[in-house]
Amino acid sequence: MFEAILLTVITASTPLVIAALGELVTERSGVLNLGVEGMMIMGAVAAFATAQLTGSAYLGILGGIIGGGIFSLLFGFLTLTLVANQVATGLALTILGLGLSGQLGEAFVGMPGVRLQPIVIPLLSDIPFFGRVLFSQDLIFYMSVALVFGISWFLFKSRAGLKMRAIGDSHGSAHTLGINVVRTRYLAVLFGGACAGLAGAQLSLVYTPQWVENMTAGRGWIALALVVFASWRPLRVLAGGYLFGAVGIGQLHAQLLAQSGGIAIPSQLLSALPYVATIVVLIIISHNRRTTLINTPASLGKPFVPDR
Amino acid sequence: MRIELQKRANTSMLFSVLSPLLALALTLIAGAIMFGLLGKSPLNSLYIYFVEPLLDVWSLHELAIKAAPLILIAVGLSVCFRSNNWNIGAEGQFTIGAITGSILPVLNPEWHSPLILPLMLIMGMIGGALYAGIPALLKTRFNTNEILTSLMLVYIAQLFLDWLVRGPWRDPQGYNFPQTKSFQSEAVLPEILDSGRAHLGIVFALIAAVALWFMMRFMLKGFQVSVLGQSERAGRFAGFSAKKMVWFSMLLSGALAGLAGISEVSGSIGHVQPVISPGYGFTAIIVAFLGRLNPLGIIASGFVLALTYLGGEAAQLSLGISDKVSRVFQGLILFFVLSCDTLIHYRIRLIVNPSATQEGKS
Amino acid sequence: MTSSEGVEASPLLSVRGLTKLFGSFAACDAIDLDIGHGEIHALLGENGAGKSTLVKMLFGVLQPSSGTVSLEGKPVVIPSPGEARRLGIGMVFQHFSLFEALTVAENIALSLDPRTPLAKIAEETASVSRAYGLPLDPSAHVADLSVGERQRIEIVRALLQNPKLIILDEPTSVLTPQEAERLFETLMRLKAEGRSVLYISHRLEEVQRICDRATVLRHGKVTGACDPKHETPASLARMMVGTEVAEVKRDSANALGDILLQVNKVSVASRTPFAVALKDISLKVRAGEVLAIAGIAGNGQSELFDAISGEYPIADNDGIVLRGKPVGRLRINGRRMLGAGFVPEERHGHAAVSALSLSDNLLLARSRSDKKAFLAGGPLAIVKRDAILSAARRICSMMDVRKSGEDPAAGSLSGGNLQKFIVGRELDRQPSVLVVNQPTWGVDAGAASRIRQALVDLAKAGSAVVVISQDLDEIFEIATTIAVISDGRLSDPYPAGELTLEQIGLLMGGIHDSHSGEKSSGEDRAGMETAHAH
Repeated sequence: MFEAILLTVITASTPLVIAALGELVTERSGVLNLGVEGMMIMGAVAAFATAQLTGSAYLGILGGIIGGGIFSLLFGFLTLTLVANQVATGLALTILGLGLSGQLGEAFVGMPGVRLQPIVIPLLSDIPFFGRVLFSQDLIFYMSVALVFGISWFLFKSRAGLKMRAIGDSHGSAHTLGINVVRTRYLAVLFGGACAGLAGAQLSLVYTPQWVENMTAGRGWIALALVVFASWRPLRVLAGGYLFGAVGIGQLHAQLLAQSGGIAIPSQLLSALPYVATIVVLIIISHNRRTTLINTPASLGKPFVPDR
Repeated sequence: MRIELQKRANTSMLFSVLSPLLALALTLIAGAIMFGLLGKSPLNSLYIYFVEPLLDVWSLHELAIKAAPLILIAVGLSVCFRSNNWNIGAEGQFTIGAITGSILPVLNPEWHSPLILPLMLIMGMIGGALYAGIPALLKTRFNTNEILTSLMLVYIAQLFLDWLVRGPWRDPQGYNFPQTKSFQSEAVLPEILDSGRAHLGIVFALIAAVALWFMMRFMLKGFQVSVLGQSERAGRFAGFSAKKMVWFSMLLSGALAGLAGISEVSGSIGHVQPVISPGYGFTAIIVAFLGRLNPLGIIASGFVLALTYLGGEAAQLSLGISDKVSRVFQGLILFFVLSCDTLIHYRIRLIVNPSATQEGKS
Repeated sequence: MTSSEGVEASPLLSVRGLTKLFGSFAACDAIDLDIGHGEIHALLGENGAGKSTLVKMLFGVLQPSSGTVSLEGKPVVIPSPGEARRLGIGMVFQHFSLFEALTVAENIALSLDPRTPLAKIAEETASVSRAYGLPLDPSAHVADLSVGERQRIEIVRALLQNPKLIILDEPTSVLTPQEAERLFETLMRLKAEGRSVLYISHRLEEVQRICDRATVLRHGKVTGACDPKHETPASLARMMVGTEVAEVKRDSANALGDILLQVNKVSVASRTPFAVALKDISLKVRAGEVLAIAGIAGNGQSELFDAISGEYPIADNDGIVLRGKPVGRLRINGRRMLGAGFVPEERHGHAAVSALSLSDNLLLARSRSDKKAFLAGGPLAIVKRDAILSAARRICSMMDVRKSGEDPAAGSLSGGNLQKFIVGRELDRQPSVLVVNQPTWGVDAGAASRIRQALVDLAKAGSAVVVISQDLDEIFEIATTIAVISDGRLSDPYPAGELTLEQIGLLMGGIHDSHSGEKSSGEDRAGMETAHAH
């Protein structure tokens, strides 16, 4: 029973973790992309469509990554080349993404999905309990774990990651040192889009292998809050993502319990819990102005025009 | 090849006016391409979408009905955005305003006083303002980002509405439909003309737009909004309080969104139900930007975006395209507006041959 | 041009006809320059002469519009700082390119070959910095270092690349006199090693002391090339500025009147992690007095200004007394109503908003104090454009503000003209107390002289004037009393005639808690940027 709950928590948390990690990299380079919800839903529809048309869930994953990535380039072009307001552009991306995905996904509503099958790792999966929970998961879960440690290594142990953190700290100084700020940021935005797309793919191939309009239900926004909550550190994103996933699953189970036990807790109240939790978490993490100032990448959201 | 931006010494007056028009033109072109890809004749589709809804009086009334909440919300948002407070949760404030404004008719369906309507409107405004007060409090007291908090509150407000109309507010004689009793006639916002359904909401919207335009242009308050939005430090030097501005802009936009909410419920729908808005609170953001954050410009852009809603309905009927195409158009408009706005502040150069010591001739 | 040693006749660096156009404006116009081996070459000129633009081209940050650069006789192209470094040119900018959140070693690593491991860079940083007399701890975070220490990072970073030519842009503007001495020793060492130095400065005594040759720029053109040791400060100044700049005229002594501004043992905790805490600050300023507060950027000047102006009121109401009234808790407009005026350090984004017109910027500072004149309609507070425009016109003619158009955006004015307007905006009210932070930073000599004269005249008319400044020359020109701020503490005030340069230097370095002698003050992040803003 506990194992079953843990499995559902993993499934619920994985897309949050992946989307948040992608946005973390983007923000570390100094770019604020509020369009995570839009990129995620585009990834979801692209993944579902690709899987339906090819019959392969793995190609679906690729479709999701590419869908989110290409969509993010729109954002990149507007904010990095045309230096448009990042907040407004991110919102535009979300609105467009929700609308476009609804349009594109029309044909796929109601179709049974191609489910991504778990990959059972030999030997490791025979470990009691952990074997089933950790080593008999689908590819996207393994990718999420790899992303956490990969991004950690990249940011804090590699020279390229150092350059990215430098840009996030002061893009003017980075430019003076000869670092190509705009190109690095494009790559960071693209990576964020690819991750959001992958997260969306998880939703339409694993979580509910179906296409439903607006199926992201605000997860993109929660991912944004997660990045703040994690103080832009990958391992904390993992922790926070699972915390939120647990709250999400917890409220579903609470709804079932309430119904079966005849307790009249409104289901809407329980459904609101993840959103309330997000607000509470944001308050806790932001209210100390000193630590917020130290952790936030200093050039986050500021427009950059290179002088030549 | 490379695109290079050169900052203009003074913002271009020409492009301030041209940019929204250019954006609309680009949207039409993109729309034509999209219709083509969907297998429909581009020009015919654009006609059905943008021109047909303007051709009969009844349809113009529908346009006014849709434009009213968009303008009302967007002028409030323009004050917020100009002062650098990003109220993204207007949809939630709209919802809560609709709820608080509906308390009187839902709980007292037998009260037939002329007072009921003004009270409803006031309660709607108060409800919207208080709900916007939550992200304002969180921002001033706890330094919490208002974008995420106001947005989360949208989902919470919608869930609250859903619970209300399925639970305590459901009409017991309503065959289990999740909606309240229809409002008594004194609680319905009256129509302004006999030729169609348009109600007082559009009048409120126009009054609010003109009043806020006056404030921004002529009053010290408008100056404060402008200064604090551009530099909090300079605002502090001037003796203007950034915290007070957070409260002012959020409460103002919340009140206007709440008014829009109760006007929609009372004027257009006539009762409370789970879905009362096709995303007005979010579309209003687009209206605000297309109108260049100027209340008078917003009057025009409100009608343009209202047209995209009507066009979507027309397209669904005549072309068999889903009305989701409205959302796509709206997103495209915002994208093109943001792109064209660059021209206001910068000159764009295409550098074809980047050479080492010579710069491309400007 | 022969090198000072005469052994190698051909120069290390040779520039011919170098020009840089921004639109139709020539920041550099057909510049010729030669730097020999082992030569310390001064680049002189006032603010806006084109010195920074020239060296940015030499370092690959900007591309020339026309002209040639040759190294060791061969023409070279410098498309980027990376290429400049590869060619053996190093640069220490006036505005540092450092990353606060990263360590010293990480900062240095970002400009070196990416294949070198971080540990090796840390090691080399420690040893090289020690060897040249500028010791650094590689694992320290930049945010915790003082300005002087940050400059060391920039210098060591340049040295680690084994440069033939090092360019230093106004290096002593952020150093105490003692730190400057250390720097000069380092430069002599470099010269002895056969390296060349291009030394940008507007400080004539320094240039005469350490430089072999000098090139003078004015309005983007070369107006003179000479051996500074054979020139007088006056002749150099003439090459830099052209016509004689008016000297500030001052009566030997004003009769001092009542105490108009008093600060009583004010202590303020630092607002942000990078700010400086104020410790026990006391001062008294009388009518007719100009109190100058000397100090290097980042020692609490902004924080002191904020406390006195009321932008950030303090808890102790009696801590600040204005014309006899306790105002510690009163906000800025309340203090203005008592006759005080304030000019902050940062022109853009604090004293004025660049995108707004001059008349709007006038209203910015005087919406409350001039309520009757500028606002109508009671609670509606409708702005009277005409009244404000005519006041702005008055100020512009009083201060000789050069601008394009009737009421242009503040951002379109040059630094000097905008500063004249900002100071004039306060003078127009004839304030009884005026507090100015860095009155002439980044301002051309003509405007600077006018502003300083205005401050002196204001004191003569009976006001109390406080000038916070990093420019010791300016301080000696206008102050009646001098105090020094260091690490958030203020020294006792001294009559201007009684303090020598050396004493000031000691005060700048010497006022610490006894137990914090080793650790330097934290840096005010905002102060760092504003110290170098235009």
